[in-house]
Amino acid sequence: MGKPRRDMALFPLFVLLVAGILFVMPAGAQEPVSDDDVNRVAKDLFCPVCENTPLDTCPTAACQDWRDEIRTQLAVGKTDAEIQQYFVDRYGPRVLSAPPREGFNWLVWLLPVALAIAGIAFFARYLGGLRGKPGAEPADPTFTVTQGSAQAPPPAAGEDDYVSRIEKELRE
Amino acid sequence: MNESISTSTGEMDTSMPGTTAPQKKSFSLSKALIWLGVAALLALLAWGLLKAGETRPEGGASAPEFTVQFFDGYEWGEKEASSLSDFRGNVVVLNFWASWCVECRIEAELLEQTWRRYRDQGVVFLGVAYVDAEAKSLAYLNEYNITYPNGPDLGSSISGAYKITGVPETFFIGKDGTVSRYVLGPVNANVLTAEIETLLAQ
Repeated sequence: MGKPRRDMALFPLFVLLVAGILFVMPAGAQEPVSDDDVNRVAKDLFCPVCENTPLDTCPTAACQDWRDEIRTQLAVGKTDAEIQQYFVDRYGPRVLSAPPREGFNWLVWLLPVALAIAGIAFFARYLGGLRGKPGAEPADPTFTVTQGSAQAPPPAAGEDDYVSRIEKELRE
Repeated sequence: MNESISTSTGEMDTSMPGTTAPQKKSFSLSKALIWLGVAALLALLAWGLLKAGETRPEGGASAPEFTVQFFDGYEWGEKEASSLSDFRGNVVVLNFWASWCVECRIEAELLEQTWRRYRDQGVVFLGVAYVDAEAKSLAYLNEYNITYPNGPDLGSSISGAYKITGVPETFFIGKDGTVSRYVLGPVNANVLTAEIETLLAQ
């Protein structure tokens, strides 16, 4: 008989405890991690199993596991960069959408630029060569770097022969 | 005038009219730079092709060295990490697997049974979890009651060294540290036992 009464007496305490948890917990808890949050990190990662498919759109089980891992890490407050580093440490730099700018990887970033510059230089020289050929019209009259002979004053009589010889050699 | 010609060609120095020696020197330098660039590009391309053409070690090729950091509870003795060379003198069955891999589940129980059968005869089974989330890996190992040493493929370095293209893949490594053969897909009992027996007899 006495025991149920004691339980009844404890009931208000229980209610207070539950209410306290309900009110206090949301204030201290993290915001729920949305799919958008997960995909924000996942879009810059690639699972090695499914090449060329970003993690945010890959439908395989392996990628689903990775997205779950991202969600777990976001939930404990890890930053996007920290999560990316975790994946790099665990699975290697090939999980990144772009190779990190370090060591041999610099070649990937610099080679296209170097090739572009070389291509432009080659094209400029080619235009200069065209311009020097008899009967060829200047490709761009405003392109002064390669227009030396067109922009310069006419040669002095003594130099005429010499210039002609050089231009002939150049044409050959 | 001379200056303008020099600028227009980018390769001639006409400061000494009547001579052609400086012209040859400058021209050769630019040509050499171009050829050097082309050679470097070709070398890079060749290196890439060679790397891409590398295949899994087998048929007596030396097994690539690696170090595996074991999962908690799946260590080799007291060691938290081991290198392949630590097992020299043992027959090593190196198995790549993943918890998301359906075919790995086909061979999981067989691998564990065979390990228990041969563990006291100088045979070591090593499991390497490929591209797998650790929590899922541990759940998988627990599900199949696997007891042999297992660890993640950190940085995908081990799978890279063995040139695997998927999971499961199993490599048989002899006492001398050479790979006798590899099996793509789930390994069956006959192959597993026969290969271990052959390597133990060597």
